Amino acid sequence: MAKTIITTDDVAKVGILANLPLTEDEKKLFADQFSMTIDVVNQLNEIDTKGITPTSQVNHLENVTRPDVIDDDRVLTQEQALSGAKNTHQGFFVVKQILEKDSE
Amino acid sequence: MNKQIHELSVVELLRGLEDKRFSSVEVIKHYLDRINRYNGELNAFLHINEDAVKQAEAIDKLIASGKKPLGIPIAVKDNFLTVGMPTTAGSLVLKDYHPRYESTVTKRLLDAGAIIIGKTNMDAWAHGSSTETSQYGPTLNPWDLGRLPGGSSGGSAAAVSAQLVPVAIGSETAGSIRQPAAWCGVTGFKPSYGRVSRYGVIAMASSTDSPGPIARNVEDAALITSIIAGADPYDATSSTKEVEPFRELLKRKDLKGVKIALVKEYLLPTMRAEVKTLIHNAAAHLESLGAKVEEISLLDPKYSIGVYTVVMRSEVSSNLARFDGIRYGHGRARFGDEAKRRIMLGTYTLSAGYYDAYYKKAMTVRTKIVSEFENTFKDFDAYIGAVSPGPALKLGATKNEPMFGEMEDILVEPSSLAGLTSAGVPCGFVDGLPIGLQITGAQFTEAKILDIANLYQKSTQFNKFPERYQK
Repeated sequence: MAKTIITTDDVAKVGILANLPLTEDEKKLFADQFSMTIDVVNQLNEIDTKGITPTSQVNHLENVTRPDVIDDDRVLTQEQALSGAKNTHQGFFVVKQILEKDSE
Repeated sequence: MNKQIHELSVVELLRGLEDKRFSSVEVIKHYLDRINRYNGELNAFLHINEDAVKQAEAIDKLIASGKKPLGIPIAVKDNFLTVGMPTTAGSLVLKDYHPRYESTVTKRLLDAGAIIIGKTNMDAWAHGSSTETSQYGPTLNPWDLGRLPGGSSGGSAAAVSAQLVPVAIGSETAGSIRQPAAWCGVTGFKPSYGRVSRYGVIAMASSTDSPGPIARNVEDAALITSIIAGADPYDATSSTKEVEPFRELLKRKDLKGVKIALVKEYLLPTMRAEVKTLIHNAAAHLESLGAKVEEISLLDPKYSIGVYTVVMRSEVSSNLARFDGIRYGHGRARFGDEAKRRIMLGTYTLSAGYYDAYYKKAMTVRTKIVSEFENTFKDFDAYIGAVSPGPALKLGATKNEPMFGEMEDILVEPSSLAGLTSAGVPCGFVDGLPIGLQITGAQFTEAKILDIANLYQKSTQFNKFPERYQK
């Protein structure tokens, strides 16, 4: 298999998807390291996996459910829930605006 | 000659408390004094419990009233949420974060009357096998202060090795209990995936994360595992299988009828000859106890690196997406290089167009690893190999090694990907540094693996503590 080349543009794009602020130096560093890692991962292509089902869970549990009732032991008070937030407003978390005010 | 408090195992401490040879307060004060004396140079603890003595006083009252609380100090890796003590996961993103709920593991320990004496250093987010990626500085190896303790539970392993605590809690995604235990010359036990609840443990890779003890010996590890194991309604992947009294089940006087596999591929071509000799010696010793040891062949562990890297980094990218600095903690710019590398690769392998080539491929090879082990355990009770290819490496070893953790844990990744249970016990020394043996069994065979490991440990003389911290 051909060597996978990861460019700084690829890294920048993944950085946006992953919501990670990256400096130009970091983009360069990570592009090289990214390619090295992908090379190791590409060794998996030496193994024939035709017809094999993927495994995502190893202890054979399926469809684990719980009764649909509120467990008071697990509920944080509003005060507790907000206690770690830097920015709150009238009992709510303040988040970044994601919609334009006058869009469409 | 009477042993000092810090030379006692958990089992011996419990006996001493019961016989009123010392109080819980005396035990706690003895250890706090040692932590004050030695933590400055080791950096094993990130936080010390300021209320520990007060809590011990309450425990002593319980003991006086005829109850039997544990009354012993325990150190907990800093990725377990603890109410009343900060929890950072070794990262600056969570600097000064105070959890509002308790992890199931620590809740069970507190309910049993243990005192959490402090929180231990770790690779940031448990990403690594060195504790060098901690954003609060590395922990040093008590055997040689110029070397790494391993990781990610490096603070827990170093604390037990330097006798700053009789037992500690770690967590393992692939090797993070067994590898630091090996490098620090103590006992590490990885329960099967799902045996111990992950609730309140800051997630790394949710499909392999397994909390477990790092201890002075197998007997203590068995005792603590029985306390922390068991079904938890708050972790849907926790198993409902009944928890056995693992310590009481340590009964073997020989290994007659036990079949053990020595995996050829795990004696890596790059491994030092001295390490291979120690593993062969361990095999011979198990034989002398009555076990039948046979060489077997498994998939080259180098492929586990690829599978583990993709599965783990994919899950990491998803798990760490929640740290946005809005509800708690700080912004994502504070992530260190290692976390950034892992989040980005995982984002890439899960993204449209690459999912099939990387994530799905890795999960398919994972199936092969799982079924190969299923076949192995039809014929064998356990397999053995080294935990790590060599002894503790020098400080700085992770520099310019973007896959240090994944490469270093090559010999334990297959067992973690399959959710197996495994004990890591000291099996000798190379250059004066401890080497660890893994004894690994099928899922939910904790009792059997602990029993074999306990007998191995009690019939060998490798369970030592470094000279520097004897007094």
